Amino acid sequence: MLKKLLAVCIGLTLLSGASLALTLNGAGATFPYPIYSKWFSMYQQAKGVQINYAPIGSGGGIRQFMAGVVNFGGTDAPMTDAEIDKAGGDVLHIPTVMGAVAVVYNAGFEGLKLDGKTLAGIFLGEIKKWNDPKIASLNPDISLPDKNILVVHRSDSSGTTDIFTNYLAKVSSAWAAKVGAGKSVAWPAGVGGKGNPGVTGAVKNNGGSIGYVELAYAETNKLPVAAIKNRSGNYVTPSVDGTTAAAAGAIAKIPADFRGEILDQKGAATYPICGFTWIVVHQNQTNQEAGIALKDFLIWALTDGQVYAKELYYAPLPKSLAGKVIETVNSIK
Amino acid sequence: MHCKGDTVFRFITLLFAASIPLLFFGVFSMLVIKSQLSIQAFGLGFLFRSVWDPVRNQYGALPFIYGTIVSSLLALIIAVPLGLGCAIYLSEVSQSKFKAYIATMVDLLAAIPSVVYGLWGIFVLGPIFGLSMLSGGVLLAIMILPTITAVSREVLQAVPGSLRESARALGATQWETVKLAVLPPAASGIIGSIVLGLGRAIGETMAVTMVIGNRPEISANLLAPAYSLSAVIANEFAEAVSDLNFSVMVEIGLILLFITVLVNGLARLMVWKMAGQNRIQ
Repeated sequence: MLKKLLAVCIGLTLLSGASLALTLNGAGATFPYPIYSKWFSMYQQAKGVQINYAPIGSGGGIRQFMAGVVNFGGTDAPMTDAEIDKAGGDVLHIPTVMGAVAVVYNAGFEGLKLDGKTLAGIFLGEIKKWNDPKIASLNPDISLPDKNILVVHRSDSSGTTDIFTNYLAKVSSAWAAKVGAGKSVAWPAGVGGKGNPGVTGAVKNNGGSIGYVELAYAETNKLPVAAIKNRSGNYVTPSVDGTTAAAAGAIAKIPADFRGEILDQKGAATYPICGFTWIVVHQNQTNQEAGIALKDFLIWALTDGQVYAKELYYAPLPKSLAGKVIETVNSIK
Repeated sequence: MHCKGDTVFRFITLLFAASIPLLFFGVFSMLVIKSQLSIQAFGLGFLFRSVWDPVRNQYGALPFIYGTIVSSLLALIIAVPLGLGCAIYLSEVSQSKFKAYIATMVDLLAAIPSVVYGLWGIFVLGPIFGLSMLSGGVLLAIMILPTITAVSREVLQAVPGSLRESARALGATQWETVKLAVLPPAASGIIGSIVLGLGRAIGETMAVTMVIGNRPEISANLLAPAYSLSAVIANEFAEAVSDLNFSVMVEIGLILLFITVLVNGLARLMVWKMAGQNRIQ
């Protein structure tokens, strides 16, 4: 009886192994996970290739990619030269979509306008009250409350923080000198909330607070969003179109390996705080079949896949950029 | 009669038992090996520094150690009287049917996932105490309350009824009975329940992270934001790319393990001492 059962089990395992189609594995950033999982399920329906992705964070993704555990990694911050060397040197960065970081606040009024320097002043803890003259001069039409500002930042290390602090460092020399930029920094002021939900919750529940979250969280939680002054002098609220415009404006400056940023770009409608998310792959694939599948998926994502971005609050790549990225994807061997 | 089956049985259970020390040793040695880079970079000073600047690769664990210890002690200060009082009521005082419902609810409290406690903390404790050490302590107190209550109640109920009856026969009031006849023999078990609670408080991660404010700063003000060892691992480990940052995270884990072992050891000592004193002659 037992032996029969065992035989059936082994038989079933072999059967399922035989009928199993090609599987690709990836791991990395949580930020693009919603669109990636949409892509993977659409792609499987279309082409029958199964792609698994573990949203364990960019750091974990790069670690597993370097160790050769996964076919591709997902990351919100490009790999450093040292990491690329460690991974064998043939690493390609494939930007897939872009995201915007929204500045949300809860102070009893709407329509706040900020420029980069003032935003940095608030997050440095130097601007302590909502009716500070520096904020008032940018918002002459709003009667600002005489309330303390509570800064809320991410406590977990994240790509969102990387984009936000890189923006502050770019527009404020004081920020660059005192804090710097990275996925996790030594915050001079405020409290930390875990993840986008943690920051959203803290902002919602504390009067006088200001924080930064991914665009999707600002949109779905209906928190007031600050309009940020862009390089062309316009105040722009975060949006998918404003983000695509940023990449279009920066296209000439994006390096050939796509490890570039699109912060604080020119253009009337450009939103200044946004960035890429990347998939990292080896140019020289060891497994032919997997390499071909990976290449096909990436091209699909950069063409047909882009239409799913907007409904999930990601910005699609501008067509001109997507064309260049596809050339790079085609170099995978 | 010695039979072959017993030898096999003995061998198999020995194997299972041996897996525990093996696992502990495995975890411990992994933590030590992977934290070498951080230990070499900062030495023992890591325990006493309070800088935390991932951009400039400067790390120190003191604010996290402080936060873990203070928030756990706060939790104990609140939860021990409450939990013990509740256990005494359920075991010694109440005769009503009502107590069965309370006992069930205590068990239910223990079954709530910690992330749910954290969410509740953000929306209920947050507006009252802010995102602060006190919020963390109060939330932890609520989380360890069921552990302390349920285990103490079991321990109290295990005290032989004859002890109570003798005390009552000597004319003791209900309070005197509990104080003189029930609590002393149960003391070591009650301490055990407190240690279980403390263990949970020290290691609790998700709920604390959500309400403690995550600010690596030592402040005497309980209403100021703080940070804990487990919270910083949860927050930064996933994105720790540089080797040093990764190693620092592992060393934080090693410190957390040491604190847990230390607390458990101290508690074990206390239980032994108490058990020695109160042995019923």
